[in-house]
Amino acid sequence: MVRAGVVGTQLPTSGLDIFGDLRKMNKRQLYYQVLNFAMIVSSALMIWKGLIVLTGSESPIVVVLSGSMEPAFHRGDLLFLTNFREDPIRAGEIVVFKVEGRDIPIVHRVIKVHEKDNGDIKFLTKGDNNEVDDRGLYKEGQNWLEKKDVVGRARGFLPYVGMVTIIMNDYPKFKYALLAVMGAYVLLKRES
Amino acid sequence: MNTVLSRANSLFAFSLSVMAALTFGCFITTAFKDRSVPVRLHVSRIMLKNVEDFTGPREKSDLGFINFDITADLENIFDWNVKQLFLYLSAEYSTKNNALNQVVLWDKIVLRGDNPKLLLKDMKTKYFFFDDGNGLKGNRNVTLTLSWNVVPNAGILPLVTGSGHVSVPFPDTYEIMKSY
Repeated sequence: MVRAGVVGTQLPTSGLDIFGDLRKMNKRQLYYQVLNFAMIVSSALMIWKGLIVLTGSESPIVVVLSGSMEPAFHRGDLLFLTNFREDPIRAGEIVVFKVEGRDIPIVHRVIKVHEKDNGDIKFLTKGDNNEVDDRGLYKEGQNWLEKKDVVGRARGFLPYVGMVTIIMNDYPKFKYALLAVMGAYVLLKRES
Repeated sequence: MNTVLSRANSLFAFSLSVMAALTFGCFITTAFKDRSVPVRLHVSRIMLKNVEDFTGPREKSDLGFINFDITADLENIFDWNVKQLFLYLSAEYSTKNNALNQVVLWDKIVLRGDNPKLLLKDMKTKYFFFDDGNGLKGNRNVTLTLSWNVVPNAGILPLVTGSGHVSVPFPDTYEIMKSY
């Protein structure tokens, strides 16, 4: 694609001259850029929603937030979850659950399971690195977790990749700066 | 390729691609391995009490005590993609109240580099063996198995049960003693 430069001036060669690109765009190309941006955003959203349907879990990829499962998982590690209804909850499994009324998902291991004939199941969890079980973390008076509290079962693991999310949570200014730079870059950079 | 920034950009992108390829390689070369080894379990002492569970539900429930031996060689499980093994001894049984009960009695973390040969004798359980009710009394079939969770450097987290289990009956009577 030929760069439409004004006759007589030097065409910019540095990769940082994105405002130069913007000056040379006409309306049509601007609309194209915005559409491009929208395509990227909606593709990401589609992939995420598709994963939710495929795995049966409301949050199929989680970042480990605490050190309660060390030395297996550290803060910043990524976990891939599934939550198929046919998979029964069994002792030893690593589950991600949310305590009723709280937003933060917790990643711990199942240490006790009691299942009735009709399929009703109640279970107890404990972090590998904790001394005691999780009854102190549950709601007041709650002694067991049920299937409805489970976000998913940990099936896959990727180290360190989730660190970006933790940095963005701990330093929100960094998150806004990153989003602004990325947005500006996608909107202004022209493909040549 | 003539500014510091574009060079740094290329270097960063290249390192990221190489690391991603290596990670994927680690995962795909070990994804379908069989992680099971034979395990020998033996139970040396069984005792049963009926007390209040102070950690949870307040009613009196059965509390079992077991001393056990474990012999296993985990050396063949460790490879370049195994970071650690989380071993756990679980008791599985069924009662009048619940069709299936599983209680983890003991666990151990074995990191890569630790001694992989397990030779444990006369071990006490790490966690209290409380039943949800009074289902341990006279229970003829409580099965103990040793399983492990393989934690990789990157990839699948399988739960593997060792081949070898032991089934023990629990006594029909309670021991009357003041404390645990």
